[in-house]
Amino acid sequence: MKPVRKVEGRAIPFGRKNVDTDVIISAKWLKTISRDGLGEGAFESVRAQEGNVFDDPEYAGAPILIAGDNFGCGSSREHAAWALDDMGVKAIIAPSFSDIFSSNAFKNGLLAIPLPQEAIDRLMEVAKTDPITVDMESMSVTTPFQDRFTFEMDPFRQQCLMDGVDEIDLTMAKSDAIEAHETRVDSAQSWHKPVMA
Amino acid sequence: MEQDRPQTLYEKIWNAHVVDQRDDGTALIYIDRHLVHEVTSPQAFEGLRKAGRQVRRPDLTLAVPDHNLPTTARVDANGNKIPIADPQSAAQLEALEANAPAFGIKYIGASDREQGIVHVIGPEQGFTLPGTTLVCGDSHTAAHGALGALAFGIGTSEVEHVLATQTLQLSRSKSMEIRVEGLLGPGISPKDLILHIIGVIGAAGGTGHVIEYRGEVFEQMSIEGRLTVSNMSIEAGARAGLIAPDDKTFAYLKGRPMAPKGADWDAAVAYWKTLKSDDGARFDKSVTINAADVAPTVTWGTSPEDVIPVTGHVPAPESFADPSKQDAARKSLDYMGLASGQALSDVSVENIFIGSCTNSRIEDLRAAAKVLDGRKKAEGVKWAIVVPGSGLVKAQAEAEGLDKIFTASGFEWREPGCSACLGMNPDKVPAGERCASTSNRNFVGRQGPGARTHLMSPAMAAAAAVTGKLTDVRELMGVN
Ligand code: SF4
Repeated sequence: MKPVRKVEGRAIPFGRKNVDTDVIISAKWLKTISRDGLGEGAFESVRAQEGNVFDDPEYAGAPILIAGDNFGCGSSREHAAWALDDMGVKAIIAPSFSDIFSSNAFKNGLLAIPLPQEAIDRLMEVAKTDPITVDMESMSVTTPFQDRFTFEMDPFRQQCLMDGVDEIDLTMAKSDAIEAHETRVDSAQSWHKPVMA
Repeated sequence: MEQDRPQTLYEKIWNAHVVDQRDDGTALIYIDRHLVHEVTSPQAFEGLRKAGRQVRRPDLTLAVPDHNLPTTARVDANGNKIPIADPQSAAQLEALEANAPAFGIKYIGASDREQGIVHVIGPEQGFTLPGTTLVCGDSHTAAHGALGALAFGIGTSEVEHVLATQTLQLSRSKSMEIRVEGLLGPGISPKDLILHIIGVIGAAGGTGHVIEYRGEVFEQMSIEGRLTVSNMSIEAGARAGLIAPDDKTFAYLKGRPMAPKGADWDAAVAYWKTLKSDDGARFDKSVTINAADVAPTVTWGTSPEDVIPVTGHVPAPESFADPSKQDAARKSLDYMGLASGQALSDVSVENIFIGSCTNSRIEDLRAAAKVLDGRKKAEGVKWAIVVPGSGLVKAQAEAEGLDKIFTASGFEWREPGCSACLGMNPDKVPAGERCASTSNRNFVGRQGPGARTHLMSPAMAAAAAVTGKLTDVRELMGVN
């Protein structure tokens, strides 16, 4: 995974509460074979409405999304994180996230940044005209107008995101322990492997 | 000291698989068996490819397509493969067909004799063994716990993690004992029992737990029946289900193609015999169920906890204590087109589905065929299908002449797959119509948009086919 130390740029002022995984990516997109290309299906039902923020040229290519409470609730589909990533969103700022969504976001190197509603309200204003900066080192979100909001995150996750370490790499660093387990099983349980013709 | 304390079966299997213990209480757990199917694996293989990684243990991995496959003929009269019409399903199948050999994984193809639903073929091939950890990107992986394997469903990133490292970073679940006292009455099946259990503990009753099913009823139960029970552990919210392996388990596995042979077999059995909860082992939660309370059971709502005996009446939403459940019940009744107080035996069904990883094994088909023998499906039943869980189940059923009984009574006899268990392939229930289904989920839209699902046992689904209504199979068969 790519290290993420800073995400800078325009932010889409979406602001909606309880954005569920069906809104992020509807079920009909689940039959894909790739993580890529899902951006096209992201927020399909919202984009069907005239004048939606996602198709506003002002926010084209914006790397940040601002939303309301309980972002990513609903199913466990990892496609929601893939779709956001594919549409170019690298950080989502909201008052809260569903557990499964934040874990899926983390697994895919997306920043799920929790900030209180007052901060969200202010950022929604700024987003209309100016860029926003999310900084992982100082754990803060800043604007060109001297606003500074700090957020919290599990230190382990923070480090993984900043170093671009993914869970597979982390586990692979334990390959000695894995091998030791395999050797132990091989000698103690000769029957262990499936007999494959 | 830790080791001297009596242990549950779950603790024994967990402890035997800890590769690395982290300070935050999570552990890196070794995975002995990985089943892969076409829907949740393409992105995992893509991830491996992008990172230039290999599959660590292809020899512990088995791939088979099941979810998307149409259950109509897969080869034409000349033996040529019939392509899947839906381009996205076809692409998922092609991806698995290419990925499995590219990563050195054994692949059972769509038209192979051994093909079937992952959770049917795992035990059938002897791939699933007691005391192993087994995962698959499908939540009903819990089924394999019937053989004493610690088995659970995982997401796509986890599929990739297991492919690359053969491990998962997990936190330990709590343990829950479901003790069933007594034996099931005549005409009552394992499906009735598990639906009843889910009704008692609730769809979230097992959340955060691994359930161990205990009691004489399970000792007497066939492996097929145990698979039905453990399969639905997830519908009670549990991560996994477990039934301690015994002589029945060993007899079931002996001689299966992928099971150990010769001296290895003897060594395996000696080890498997140690796999039971010790006397005095402590469970975090314990529930006792009286087998005599279990009637032929049917769901009325859109959660698997919405169960009542077929002899009962649709409950009134006000009868639930919890206001949010009252609200959910109102919505369910509306979706299901049922009125509170209505007798279940008055409810007509237009569709019958006998299949899914819960109830598509040979015993399930025998139970349904016994009811249908010499009878015909009712006029009002428009669509009735039997979908065997695997090609081997299909062949066995045909050898016993069961297919003839099904077709004579008006059922279609299909090719193995997930079929109408989920609306992902052509087998769907039309909107607004009812289905008497032997599958495991009655969620809104699960069998197709607007479809109304009633979960029940194979014998009960067959009885519904005969009368065109939800029916007490005991009455139809003169059992009491
Ligand atoms: S039959 Fe249904 S529950 Fe079973 S594996 Fe297939 S889709 Fe999943």
